[in-house]
Amino acid sequence: MALYSEKVMDHFRHPRNHGRLKEFDAVGKVGNPTCGDVMYIYIKVNNNIITAIGFETMGCAAAIATSSMMTELAKGKSLEEAEKITRGDVANNLNGLPPVKMHCSNLAADGLRIAIKNYRKG
Amino acid sequence: MRVYLDNAATTMTAPEVVAEMKRFFSEEYANPASLHTMGQHAKEATEKARESIAKAINAEPEEIIFTSGGTESDNLAIKGINAGHIITTKIEHPAVLESCRALEKKGTKITYLDVDPEGLIDLEQLKDSINKGTGLVTIMAANNEIGTILPLEKIGAICKERGVPFHTDAVQALGKVPIDVKAMNIDMLSASAHKIHGPKGMGILYVKKGIKLIPSIHGGGHEHGMRSGTGNTAGIMGMAKAIELMQEKNNMQELRDMLIKGLLEIPETRLNGPRQKRLCNNVNVAFKYIEGEGILLYLDEAGISVSTGSACSSLSLKPSHVLLALGLKPEESHGSIRFSLSRYTTKAEIQYTIEETKKVVKRLRELSPFGKED
Repeated sequence: MALYSEKVMDHFRHPRNHGRLKEFDAVGKVGNPTCGDVMYIYIKVNNNIITAIGFETMGCAAAIATSSMMTELAKGKSLEEAEKITRGDVANNLNGLPPVKMHCSNLAADGLRIAIKNYRKG
Repeated sequence: MRVYLDNAATTMTAPEVVAEMKRFFSEEYANPASLHTMGQHAKEATEKARESIAKAINAEPEEIIFTSGGTESDNLAIKGINAGHIITTKIEHPAVLESCRALEKKGTKITYLDVDPEGLIDLEQLKDSINKGTGLVTIMAANNEIGTILPLEKIGAICKERGVPFHTDAVQALGKVPIDVKAMNIDMLSASAHKIHGPKGMGILYVKKGIKLIPSIHGGGHEHGMRSGTGNTAGIMGMAKAIELMQEKNNMQELRDMLIKGLLEIPETRLNGPRQKRLCNNVNVAFKYIEGEGILLYLDEAGISVSTGSACSSLSLKPSHVLLALGLKPEESHGSIRFSLSRYTTKAEIQYTIEETKKVVKRLRELSPFGKED
């Protein structure tokens, strides 16, 4: 499949950390069904560290792969480190995304930041 | 198992067609416009092909213009007639819609007719839209995404009564829906070879005697001056052969119904387009809570080739204009998949496709935040 890198396809075929966590401290919801991409990011936080993370995503292969990659990048990080993860970091770790997918499908980092914000709000 | 269910995009060139074409590359390769014996042989062959192609739609041979395909035929018909006002529909193929939009920018008035949730037009709206300045009605014979078969005979009758030329894009319909240009009062018709197991790069425009067009390709005056360029002899022979093979019996409709039934067993799915007035090879299903590209790529992993007109597939990110015209919300159109059969499709392939689709939809719904029971 020339459209996506092998790394994207790997995360699309075998998504990491997918599903809602049984116990979570906060959720970040991002996207909208009209565009076709929606992500829910669930986090469990212990001593300021993201100890568990899960996602639910409706969207294209890029949306699923970026969700999966973001969870890998965020897991085990402190909240301060995690909120520094950018869309670019997610895309780079997937060996790139088609330009048209960079904005609409690459929302996972935004979803994580919303989850962290919601966690801090309590 | 490899299953090709994207026959509305293009089809396998039939082995008989390839065999027929081969001769016109390596043996009878002369230019049909040449006066020598070899040229005249090529001309005889292609004129015979023109006759049999004409016969398939009940036209006269001299009413057939050979083109490079459906897109060129649509462009020639729509731009060539020089109309001040054109009536078309919201669900046409881009070859028609974009030709109309190009003319619209230059001042031509275009009316885009609405369709109902099954993709059918309102004939009263058509009648009301025709005015003194209307120079063309262009309405497709069957829709490429949702398979709706439009009532050509009724549209033709209205156009005839009001004295407006009627063009139809029959690219998807040819070979699947009976077409009689005389009985249906069709003045122009576009068709393509590669949708019926013929070669790519080959099509026709039927133009009824008396209809005047401005050619878009000028040159040596081939095709009565309507379309210059040396005749694509192999393509012409291949198209005629493909049309001849079309007459063979097939069980596409039975397999289509089996596929529809199997897919609708999946909860929260719906058939896009009509149940009855539908092309015998088209199935288009919306799977709620998931997105089409994911379905397409997971099915591709299982060896099944399908298509989606939805946002992410084509890189245009826009939901299908056809599904939106039916009144579907963008979020409903995103999870739609088109399965299109051919006469080579087997029952085993359909069974496999149903099983695999069930698995794929389940897998993607597990990933989705929507449609869960809790």
